[in-house]
Amino acid sequence: MSAQHLTLTPPHASQHDYAIGLVLSIVLTAVPFWLVMTDAMGKQATGYVIMVFAAVQMIVHVVFFLHVRAKSEKGWTLVAMIFAMLFVCITLSGSLWVMHHLDSNMMPAHEISQLP
Amino acid sequence: MEHTLTAEGAANPLEFYEAAEHEHADGGGTLLGFWIYLMSDCLIFAVLFATYGVLGGNLAGGPGPRDLFDLPLVAINTSVLLLSSITYGLAMLSARQQHIGATQLWLGVTALFGVAFLSIELYEFMRLIHEGATPQSSAFLSSFFTLVGSHGLHVTFGVIWLLTLMVQVGQRGLTAANERRLMCLSLFWHFLDIIWIGVFTFVYLMGMLR
Repeated sequence: MSAQHLTLTPPHASQHDYAIGLVLSIVLTAVPFWLVMTDAMGKQATGYVIMVFAAVQMIVHVVFFLHVRAKSEKGWTLVAMIFAMLFVCITLSGSLWVMHHLDSNMMPAHEISQLP
Repeated sequence: MEHTLTAEGAANPLEFYEAAEHEHADGGGTLLGFWIYLMSDCLIFAVLFATYGVLGGNLAGGPGPRDLFDLPLVAINTSVLLLSSITYGLAMLSARQQHIGATQLWLGVTALFGVAFLSIELYEFMRLIHEGATPQSSAFLSSFFTLVGSHGLHVTFGVIWLLTLMVQVGQRGLTAANERRLMCLSLFWHFLDIIWIGVFTFVYLMGMLR
């Protein structure tokens, strides 16, 4: 019973964790919104910065809200997550890369209409 | 080598499966199983994000993100969902201390935040459709409604699940089974918040930058 209790409610999850997570999330959310709303930097720089902020905030949520640690569930949660992230990266980068090149190698519409 | 194998084989014959019954803790694998479901859900969202990434620029002469999105509204929605994650965390902490009243209170607050999030999102969708930006208008809007709508659908089911658990906790108290269910929903709820980080960054903020 007590062993099961440990796995159900992670002993390291505390009010402290949620407080840190909340403060970090507020900063990591507010800054990208502020950057985009005020246009403080160039468009491209803002784009890269907010992507980095999103990645960091996702990690903050996983660590402080989902409480994924290397040792939870004997490491299986972490392994499953890394596997899923690998697939997510392949899906996203592969689709964007292939479709971008497909787009740029496509015959422009006005040339198609001029075909005999 | 062969000699030792035969010597040991004679002493205790090879067993190809575990013959003895062994204990399975009640619901022991539930959390890992639910986690694996969440990871597969993550792949669904990855595909929807990829679809949006590929099709998001095809406006078909219709309105683009800059004409449609209302960033202050998205900021409110983001804060509501973030706060709901925190209140769910507080509900879990109360549940661990076996405080039924506090658990129910925080679950109720989380449900209210969830409903507020859905109402704002529905209001946004209604406004877009009213302005003529329907899912049929362009590839950008089709993929936008599919991605954001799928997330909203997940939140809807999360709220239904949350209300169901509030009834169960009210009737049976914080039993081990109910705690396990609360834990699964907590993973689901925090997971949806993580997906929303992707949505507000890649769809709304990056859309405004185009």
